[in-house]
Amino acid sequence: MARLRMNQAIGAALADAMAEDPTVVVFGEDVAAAGGVFKTSVGLLERFGPERVRDTPISEMAIVGTAVGAAMGGLRPVAEIMFADFFGVALDQVVTQGALVHYLTRGAVTVPMVIRSSVGAGRGFAATHSRTVEEWFLSAPGLKLVEVSGARTAYGLLRAAVREEGPVVVLEPRALYGTREEFEPGDDAVIPLGVAEVRREGADATVVAVGQTVGIASEAIERLDASIELIDLLTLRPWDVETVLASVARTGRLALVEEHPFTGGWGPEVASRVGQELFGELTSPILRITAPDVPVPFTRDLEFRYLPTAEYVAAQLGRWLETDTLPSPWWERIGEEV
Amino acid sequence: MAIGKGPEVVTTYDAKTPLMRREEVIADPLARLERMMEIRHAEQKIRELHEEGLAWGSTHSCDGQEAVAVGIAAAVAPTDHVVGAHRGHGLGLALGLTPEQLLGETLGRSVGAVEGLGGSPHLVETSVGLVFTVTLMGAGIPIAAGLALAAEVQGSGRVAVAVFGDGSVNIGAFHEGLNLASLWKLPAVFVIENNHYGEFSRYDRTTAVEPLARRAEAYDLPWELVDGQDVDAVIAAVGAAVERARAGEGPTLLELRTYRYFGHSRSDRAPYRPEGELEAWRARDPIRILGERLEAVGMVDADALAEIDERCRERIEAAAAHALASPVADPGAMFRHVYPEPNR
Repeated sequence: MARLRMNQAIGAALADAMAEDPTVVVFGEDVAAAGGVFKTSVGLLERFGPERVRDTPISEMAIVGTAVGAAMGGLRPVAEIMFADFFGVALDQVVTQGALVHYLTRGAVTVPMVIRSSVGAGRGFAATHSRTVEEWFLSAPGLKLVEVSGARTAYGLLRAAVREEGPVVVLEPRALYGTREEFEPGDDAVIPLGVAEVRREGADATVVAVGQTVGIASEAIERLDASIELIDLLTLRPWDVETVLASVARTGRLALVEEHPFTGGWGPEVASRVGQELFGELTSPILRITAPDVPVPFTRDLEFRYLPTAEYVAAQLGRWLETDTLPSPWWERIGEEV
Repeated sequence: MAIGKGPEVVTTYDAKTPLMRREEVIADPLARLERMMEIRHAEQKIRELHEEGLAWGSTHSCDGQEAVAVGIAAAVAPTDHVVGAHRGHGLGLALGLTPEQLLGETLGRSVGAVEGLGGSPHLVETSVGLVFTVTLMGAGIPIAAGLALAAEVQGSGRVAVAVFGDGSVNIGAFHEGLNLASLWKLPAVFVIENNHYGEFSRYDRTTAVEPLARRAEAYDLPWELVDGQDVDAVIAAVGAAVERARAGEGPTLLELRTYRYFGHSRSDRAPYRPEGELEAWRARDPIRILGERLEAVGMVDADALAEIDERCRERIEAAAAHALASPVADPGAMFRHVYPEPNR
């Protein structure tokens, strides 16, 4: 068993993938000589050499476009976009080129590329470096999207993503890079895409979380005296409808803990699907605990007000379970006693 | 390999595969002349099909630019990788795509190059290296850099070629792709097909640099301004750039100066052209230039030229008839190939 920080687990996954398959190459801004700004590729340059591990200019369109072409040409590139917000200048290559090559060539050309990127608030990176931007990829046919929730899932999902024949975006909550988890890296640790994990079992309600809200929701549930099932969705496109529906069919209640703002994101997708499929079987309205519809604030107190904290999630879940009605979000109660 | 076998090639009018068609263009000046005539007839026919209400959707014709397409096809090996752009009927036919595949695709039939699912601007034929066609300006430039990176890492000896218009030189992908390809000295060739107009705007009204290829100096790349109406000049310039790339000396930026005889797309009558411009360029028609050259050396005479032209017309008519008689893909087709099958 290894006890690895999440950034070390990512580095281990990259190293294992490169050792397994000589066509795997890694490139991005400061990923080679410096080992990544979040230290997710330490030692790869020394071990695999400058042909396969490359620093790029600050040039996201070139990074992703080159990954698309390299994948078409027979490599398995794993490219890094340092902050997911930077996808804004490279989105064409992800959703309009890379995601459509296989379809538009009628299967003659595949794009086995992985684009990794850090996401999320909680590190004081301010409005333009703190979003999770899952919604940019959710509506992109041809693309798969995963979001890791710790060292073990980061390792397992990244290994699986590199083995995919099509393009995969892997989002890594940057607040978790330093958190440790014990697991055994290797083939047995690979986590297949499209499969959610039940993190704890329960009978009274189902909570679905993604990325850093998995840990937050888990902590919140521990504070409550209730039997709550927690599902880590892991893959957002295509998401594991079956596991979520089976759980909610049993518990009759669904709550979602989402880091992204109320409008858009993976949460509404899950909520609408469950509402459609299980209408009549739900014993209370679907609860969405989200961030507010505002940019991520910088100052520490407000950044952690913006993020759904364990304390807030516990309070919302508690009220909901007690009354079977929806508690209003905190921003609708500003000025009132919370 | 990420690039495999595409859909099966349909039976062609003259029973030639895309690769056979490509080899002709590489080997034979007369075949190049014939291909240029074939392209001209194909564009004419596609316009007619639209006028008759038999074709649907967006289409961009390249009449006047045939020497660019055929010159590139003759200078690049079929094993090299080419990424084209939306005005790509000519490049497709030149690289080897059959008239049946082109007409089928523009008419949205299952016999088209990509089963009618891509349409006129999305021609692909991997057996001759046309691995993708992009329709967002400049997007093929970093993709070609990536294809070149794969060639370099694998030591395949392949060269990657991006062909794009003058409307693509002011977008980020152009600059980012050129910088990275130069920095990494990748085996790539970047070809600006300057037909004078990006949509409705003349290139010198949108770009601060003249000639456009001078942009290469910013990325420490060699460049050349080439007469795009002269197929032999195109072959010489592209051929030299390909050899340079294959020898490990890095990318080249070429500007092939040509002219678009028709508007941007079907609905554009091109009222923005200065008076006399079109006529001046038609006087330097690429088909006539090559025809006269071959006539001068005794390879063809007027009768032979008329015969080749008629053969091309018949071939395109037959391809159109074949496409019109072919079915549209079943609704299930739109669900296929969105995601690849897992291979392990």
